[in-house]
Amino acid sequence: MQIEPIEVLDFLRRFPPFNCLPEETLGWVVSEIEVGYFKADTQILELGQHVDALHVIRSGAVDIYRRNGELYNKMSEGGFFGEFGLLRDGKIRFPAKAIEDTLIYFVPLTVFNKLFDEFEQFADAVEIEDRTRLRQAVARREDANELMTSKVTSLINREPVSITSDASVHEAALLMTESSISSLLIMHPSSHAMAGGLAGIITDRDLRTRVVAEGLPYTTPVSEIMTEELITIEANQFVFEAMLAMLRHNLHHLPVLQKDRPVGVIAISDIIRYESQNSLFVVSNIFRQHSVNDLKGLVSDVRASFIRMVNEDANSRMIGSSMAVIGRSFKQRLLELGEEELGPPPVPYCFLALGSMARDEMLIVTDQDNAMILDDSFDPKQHDAYFEALAKFVSDGLDACGYTYCTGNIMATNKQWRQPKRVWQQYFTEWIDNPSLEGLLHSSIFFDLEGVWGKTEWADHLNDHIVRKARQSKRFLAAMSRNALNRTPPLGFFKDFVMEQDGRQNNTINMKRRGTAPLADLARVHALAIGSKARNSFLRLDEIIEADILPRGRGQDLRDALELISMVRIRHQALALERGETPDNSIAPENLSEFERKNLKDAFQILSNAQKFMKFRYQGAR
Amino acid sequence: MYLSTEKIKADTQQFDWIQLYQQRLEVVKDDRLKSFYAAGTFAPDTPIKSIPFVAVDFETTGFDPKSDGIVSIGLVPFDLKRIHCKGAKHWIVRPRTALDKESVVVHGITHSDIKSAPDMMRIVEYLLKALEGRIVVVHHRGIERPFLNAALEKRINEGIVFPVVDTMELEARLHRAKPLTLWQRFRGHALPSIRLVDSRERYHLPYYRQHHALTDALATAELFLAQVSHRFSEDTPISELWK
Repeated sequence: MQIEPIEVLDFLRRFPPFNCLPEETLGWVVSEIEVGYFKADTQILELGQHVDALHVIRSGAVDIYRRNGELYNKMSEGGFFGEFGLLRDGKIRFPAKAIEDTLIYFVPLTVFNKLFDEFEQFADAVEIEDRTRLRQAVARREDANELMTSKVTSLINREPVSITSDASVHEAALLMTESSISSLLIMHPSSHAMAGGLAGIITDRDLRTRVVAEGLPYTTPVSEIMTEELITIEANQFVFEAMLAMLRHNLHHLPVLQKDRPVGVIAISDIIRYESQNSLFVVSNIFRQHSVNDLKGLVSDVRASFIRMVNEDANSRMIGSSMAVIGRSFKQRLLELGEEELGPPPVPYCFLALGSMARDEMLIVTDQDNAMILDDSFDPKQHDAYFEALAKFVSDGLDACGYTYCTGNIMATNKQWRQPKRVWQQYFTEWIDNPSLEGLLHSSIFFDLEGVWGKTEWADHLNDHIVRKARQSKRFLAAMSRNALNRTPPLGFFKDFVMEQDGRQNNTINMKRRGTAPLADLARVHALAIGSKARNSFLRLDEIIEADILPRGRGQDLRDALELISMVRIRHQALALERGETPDNSIAPENLSEFERKNLKDAFQILSNAQKFMKFRYQGAR
Repeated sequence: MYLSTEKIKADTQQFDWIQLYQQRLEVVKDDRLKSFYAAGTFAPDTPIKSIPFVAVDFETTGFDPKSDGIVSIGLVPFDLKRIHCKGAKHWIVRPRTALDKESVVVHGITHSDIKSAPDMMRIVEYLLKALEGRIVVVHHRGIERPFLNAALEKRINEGIVFPVVDTMELEARLHRAKPLTLWQRFRGHALPSIRLVDSRERYHLPYYRQHHALTDALATAELFLAQVSHRFSEDTPISELWK
């Protein structure tokens, strides 16, 4: 049975030097802990005072001074002090003062000595002279690991506050003010069939925009202004999943559920606290810039956040989604700025992302693939000058921010890809009903499409149209699969060469063209065949596995192959960025580790076999 | 569950606890209670800096000491300088009344947990030893003292009395001394919450998950230290705080 206070245990487990201790030792340490409270501006340790414990900051903030009164260090939660005195003569040489109300966990001298003697890592961690540097290094690694490995529950720092949906907005506002919260969960009242269930959420912003700005009476029931179709997250999901959900849906508050019961709400600030260079921070910064030039200044932050994710062992899905969210945000902000400059659009429109951004598989080296759907009332003579100018503004802006112009000219600046809704419907009908190799060669990218701005529902309509038509057309699927076979993987590596399937040798391999792109093509063909609406290749593969159209086990193999090839490509790009080189997709075999060579060879083999199966399935054995 | 202001005023009358302990010592028959009272208590003018305290929290099957029972007990000894986890105790005990679903949701202790748990009487000796010679600190005094009293009366026909410091009542003194004026009510002011979690937040204490008896006892001890550090002198006589 748990006899030591679990909150103390959970806390120490998170921080060095305690995080290196085995569980049973940690339990013993906790059972010996003492706790003290220091209100702001009180001295914790005086110069020369006898010290009998390592001081660990549980909450609050502490200034550490030198003998001459100069400030030496500032510490907060998880910081520790007093170790210099403990290690020498028991006399304090760095006095400490609480600068906020501070709770200290004391680790008594006897315990400290035992840990110091028995655990090398503990000794190293407390003995390092320039600990500030070490702390940062450890904290960085730790933060990242936490982002990947900690559960959403670790972010919840208060009980959920809620009100029933029949309460008035005034009552809701009072409760929010009293509890100092910026969002409030709305529950079904007891008269409702789903009494006690979560009905919606309201935020500070909703009170401003949906009540005050609209001039609604304060007696309006909250049910009329709450957001009902809630995006939520389960308590046992990972912090990074919460982060992705918030990025994806541009949410600032995310209710956390446990068995359908709300257990808390996490705010975007809870996640941003994890670290400052993560993609969330970049995204929120994008929306704060006021010119293309300002946006350009964020390119280095994007790269830094990419490198960090790689160094912190993020998986390719997380990196791909984060980069896609960042790219999408650049587009959205540029469109906002464009509309500010050019005035509001004369007719409604939808701006599309195509290819890797729509698939959430974006990396750092990427060109812009975009298009525009215009309202059917669009009149070229009257309106096209506006949309051409807007497309150019966005396209130039994206290029300035590192998303280079598309060499295939698949951009909204191209009149062909800036068309009314009905023309887009015709395009897809034509591509699906009369597929030609040439036609599909350049248009397969349009089958990964996502609305990022404006009437995004139009993109959903197009996707529905595609999903409905594609699976019924054998000719189309055959043409798509032939198209997907244009790019094949190599056989493997031999010494410094890439060994091609036909025996030729090359010096480098393009990991995108020969690896991730044919894998994405393959997943797309199968996904269209089974009527899947997923766009991400991993999600497509999941649905393909579920539809059971591949030989047993092959779907999982493909997922592994995709992850491996993606990660080799990603690491290669991160390495180039760190060296100050221009990242690209080409890798020379001598730059691959033995581990990567061996595994890549297997991955290419899996891809090659999967391509053969695809050919057999959609083109018939010929 | 909040205390009304009338109640607080009525409570200012003081017991002579030392005398009461001596009286009880003469009449109780149970050895454990004898030992408890024999250890005595503190003179009303004793400064709080020289008093050993113990923070106590019970999780119960409900709010009525007569019909509900205790399911877990957490305690942690401390003084104004430090809280000592070393002396911390946590027991799960088997109540004589049934666990209902609502209380299981609150404290998370389930039927299977208590099935193997001992009856209260098996640990009462250790519990009383831990309280002996210390002043008990609780958050909301409507639970621990009445429930312990009722549990003992049920089992050995002898109750128990002792002074307690109630951190919720200390918080109420500050925040609920005056009822809201009509104007304040009109403007939509609400009385600040004096629940444990909200009270801790006012002193910038960290958030601890609630309804684990040991954690709640620790949380209460920390709250008391914070209250003293912000609002009372270490030389405050205990009679100003205990009830």
